[in-house]
Amino acid sequence: MSLDIKIYLTDREGKRHELVAPTDMQMNLMEICKAYELPVEGTCGGMALCASCQCYVESDHKLPKKSEDEEAMLSEAFYVKENSRLGCQIQMTPELEGLEIVLAPED
Amino acid sequence: MIKTDLLIIGAGPTGLFAVFEAGLLKLKCHLIDSLPMPGGQCAEIYPKKPIYDIPSHPEILAGELIEKLETQIAPFQPGYTLGESAVSIERTPDDQFIVTTDQGTQHQAPVVAIAGGLGTFEARKPPLTNLDKFEKNGVDYIIKDPERYRDKKVVIAGGGDSALDWTIFLEKLASSVTLIHRRNEFRGALDSVDKVQELKNQGRIQLLTPAEVTELHGETVLQQITVNQEGKLHQIDCDHLIPLFGLTPKLGPIANWGLEIEKNAIKVDNSLDYQTNIPGIYAIGDVNTYPGKLKLILCGFHEATLMCQSAFKRIHPEKRNVLKYTTVSGVSGFDGSVKEAAKSTIKSIE
Repeated sequence: MSLDIKIYLTDREGKRHELVAPTDMQMNLMEICKAYELPVEGTCGGMALCASCQCYVESDHKLPKKSEDEEAMLSEAFYVKENSRLGCQIQMTPELEGLEIVLAPED
Repeated sequence: MIKTDLLIIGAGPTGLFAVFEAGLLKLKCHLIDSLPMPGGQCAEIYPKKPIYDIPSHPEILAGELIEKLETQIAPFQPGYTLGESAVSIERTPDDQFIVTTDQGTQHQAPVVAIAGGLGTFEARKPPLTNLDKFEKNGVDYIIKDPERYRDKKVVIAGGGDSALDWTIFLEKLASSVTLIHRRNEFRGALDSVDKVQELKNQGRIQLLTPAEVTELHGETVLQQITVNQEGKLHQIDCDHLIPLFGLTPKLGPIANWGLEIEKNAIKVDNSLDYQTNIPGIYAIGDVNTYPGKLKLILCGFHEATLMCQSAFKRIHPEKRNVLKYTTVSGVSGFDGSVKEAAKSTIKSIE
């Protein structure tokens, strides 16, 4: 079984990208975006302390619950919607095959 | 005019460690930082987070790392210009640089090292349509002089420590304080949360949660805001709105200094000395880029060390110098302090 999954990301210009993400490298969505040189800053490095990796989850994948840190950060972020998540808090796992993501606007 | 040998822009871990390496070479340093305290991201964003990849520290809190760096460089008596951001740079006819801050403080040095991390921290601004119009007319992101709010109607938005702390502080001065946050939970020191709860129970402040400011109103100055609380709209009269949503780094004016920029970072020569395309200006730490760049504190330390060797040659082209080991030479501070290894004692056994 391949350890890679495919996820689909729409950038801020509306362009859709197919991303191949390894699930055995402890990578999160923010890091995958950076690896593809997509415009995701990841200012705080993945500590849920900035909202530069905010994205909207468009598919109905079951994601892990938001941690208290993520909830708190999203409550101070802008352009937040019901389906907002911080990319850095979404670990790449086989269950996320086909995940559809849209990048939130920058602050 | 502040004069020094090596002017360092940015007092994060890389900038601070550069002071030590420069000090070993007898170069005096001065640091400029837009934050009111040294430490950069480590102090502003994640002081309580442990770092695990600092060599020989299996685990160290970011705030603690900064404290230790400050202790380590103290013998070299660095100067600081804090709470001001470097906005312009010019070269004098005798090959010195003059760096001026947003508050007009001028610094002169033959070598400048930019250790600016991800840039200057600026307040995160809520996306409200006519926010600009009120920026000098009622909306403040930073509280400089609390007296400004005496007997005024103040609204604070945010859910962290600064929102809580300023609510508690301004309640004593302002005619009214309203605290607005998007959720009921606040992320702050427990005693601040308790204190705000108490103020609310006593009717001394207004608390609106979960709610958010959606519109600003006023002819020329801010007079009223619209707040959406779970679909219910409130009109609140106010003189000041203080959004406290934390800070975000922006490269800022440095981007216009004629330095070669790539991917929001300053290009440097990593095969040699981390010098930029302008001789005499170096860039070290997270602010620079080169093939294979890694934004790690430990890489910043390395870059700072090589930069200082090159800066020394630039400042003293006539002097020969070799690398000295602190195990051999110790550390002689500009404050007269000397740290060195204890001499071994030799005693014969008869």
